[in-house]
Amino acid sequence: MSKIEIENFNLYYSDFHALKNISINIEDKRITAMIGPSGCGKSTLLRSINRINDTIEGVCTKGKIKISGENIYNDDVDVDFLRRNVGMVFQRPNPFPISIYENVAFGLKVNRIASDKDVINKIVVESLKAVLLWDDIKNKLRKSALSLTLEQQQRLCIARVIAVVPRIILLDEPCSSLDPVATRRIEELMMVLKNKYTIVIVTHNMQQAARISQDTVFMFLGELIEFNKTEKIFTNPLKKETSDYVTGHFG
Amino acid sequence: MIKLNPKLSQKLSYTLLCITVGLAIVPILMIVFVIVKNGLSAISWEFLTSMPKNGMREGGILPAILGTFSIVLCSIIVTLPIGVCAAIYLNEYAKNNLLTRIIKLAIVNLAGVPSVVYGLFGLGIFVMFFRLGVSIIAGALTLSIMELPVIITTVRGALSSVPHSFREASLSLGVSRWQTIRHIVLPNAIPGILTGTILSIARISGETAPILFTAAAFYVPHLPHSIFDQVMSLPYHLYIISTQIPNMPKNLIYGTALVLLMMVLTMSCVAIIARIYFRKRRKW
Ligand SMILES: Nc1ncnc2c1ncn2[C@@H]1O[C@H](COP(=O)(O)OP(=O)(O)OP(=O)(O)O)[C@@H](O)[C@H]1O
Ligand SMILES: [Mg+2]
Repeated sequence: MSKIEIENFNLYYSDFHALKNISINIEDKRITAMIGPSGCGKSTLLRSINRINDTIEGVCTKGKIKISGENIYNDDVDVDFLRRNVGMVFQRPNPFPISIYENVAFGLKVNRIASDKDVINKIVVESLKAVLLWDDIKNKLRKSALSLTLEQQQRLCIARVIAVVPRIILLDEPCSSLDPVATRRIEELMMVLKNKYTIVIVTHNMQQAARISQDTVFMFLGELIEFNKTEKIFTNPLKKETSDYVTGHFG
Repeated sequence: MIKLNPKLSQKLSYTLLCITVGLAIVPILMIVFVIVKNGLSAISWEFLTSMPKNGMREGGILPAILGTFSIVLCSIIVTLPIGVCAAIYLNEYAKNNLLTRIIKLAIVNLAGVPSVVYGLFGLGIFVMFFRLGVSIIAGALTLSIMELPVIITTVRGALSSVPHSFREASLSLGVSRWQTIRHIVLPNAIPGILTGTILSIARISGETAPILFTAAAFYVPHLPHSIFDQVMSLPYHLYIISTQIPNMPKNLIYGTALVLLMMVLTMSCVAIIARIYFRKRRKW
């Protein structure tokens, strides 16, 4: 069980009110897409779910985000443990400038999740298999991760997250620096991962949201406009703004 | 106003730029030329490895070389860890409040204080107040105080140049802030830290004023035994033999200058090579 319940959540960058009273329930083992015009706060909301926004100076929040019933903004929450549970994949592939193997093993080693060499090897292999990268790179594990193609790098970033066994994976426009073929392949990967993880993805690509997500969040100027089943959002939205946006009339 | 045709004005400005570059380089080349021409005849194995003789008019400059070497070594051993830690704190932990801003401003301004002021400060604090006497350690600490702002500034630059995305990636794996610094930020900042350090070493090797009252001796008949000894040092020795000793053979003066110059240039070259090497390996 790893539902994400966002309740009356507000976020301020110093005095700029970036998220206004957002409330959504994100269900387990589904893909939830966040869409909306540029600057509406999609990334901000996504980054609130693993509290990576905490690292930005001047950010303050109001309201709750509960994961499995526990408010992650409570004072006694172990943020490092939270982030291990809630993995994140970024817009630009950002593997560390070390070997492919070390990239995947990094979280395991530094967090002391595993110390035995065989155990680490096994998890690295499994993670690389889970992102369908293993067959391509099994002979060059010691090569620099930066020698991979962008698509492979993004897969590696997902493998790196999977290795520390999260239950939720957040993806912020993970395909925006990839070509259409690579994008389709990453989408297929997400469909597979959905069976094991709760996935939240920010995307600018309407077709992508329609293709892969079950639920869709539409945001505009820091506010939640509509949250519904993806089919409903794309075929029969309740709000006029939503229908304008998904049909491409603004944004 | 006369309108030149673009081709001509391009040529003209190119020539002008070349001339200014020449103006900057020629004096340096001349200095090197004069020093090498007059000093090369003095350089020998014996000159580098023996004690001065006959009121420093003969023999070598070994104690001065060793003196400068030990002062600089002690100084960098003290400065580097403090500088790196301070830079980590300022860059990675300090909140951007008034106090932090004052500290940052102070560091920038400290780097501009004339070095003789540091010398007097060292005399007051290390030599007299802490009773270290005129010694290697007092000189080294004085140089450390002088070099600290520079080291902090270069290390902060090196830390800032590590892409933010690496930190976010590491933090989002549940790796703590300190571990992120330790395993991601520092390793990627090492090239910058290294080149900064070598350049600092080169800079303080040639400093005279800070060690004038705190470490340097006119003449010491033996090699340094401990960090509490007074020592001779290259820049100060150079000053003495060029102004205080009558009938000093000219080639020994220029030879000493050449040794000092070589020491500093070699270190700068090492810094440049290190930078090229690391830049090639860096791939983001
Ligand atoms: N670090 C920050 N400091 C101040 N304001 C910020 C910061 N980050 C984002 N903002 C502002 O918050 C708002 C929401 O930004 P956010 O990045 O969440 O939008 P987004 O929906 O992800 O946009 P995009 O589609 O372009 O990625 C924007 O108006 C942006 O200018
Ligand atoms: Mg965004």
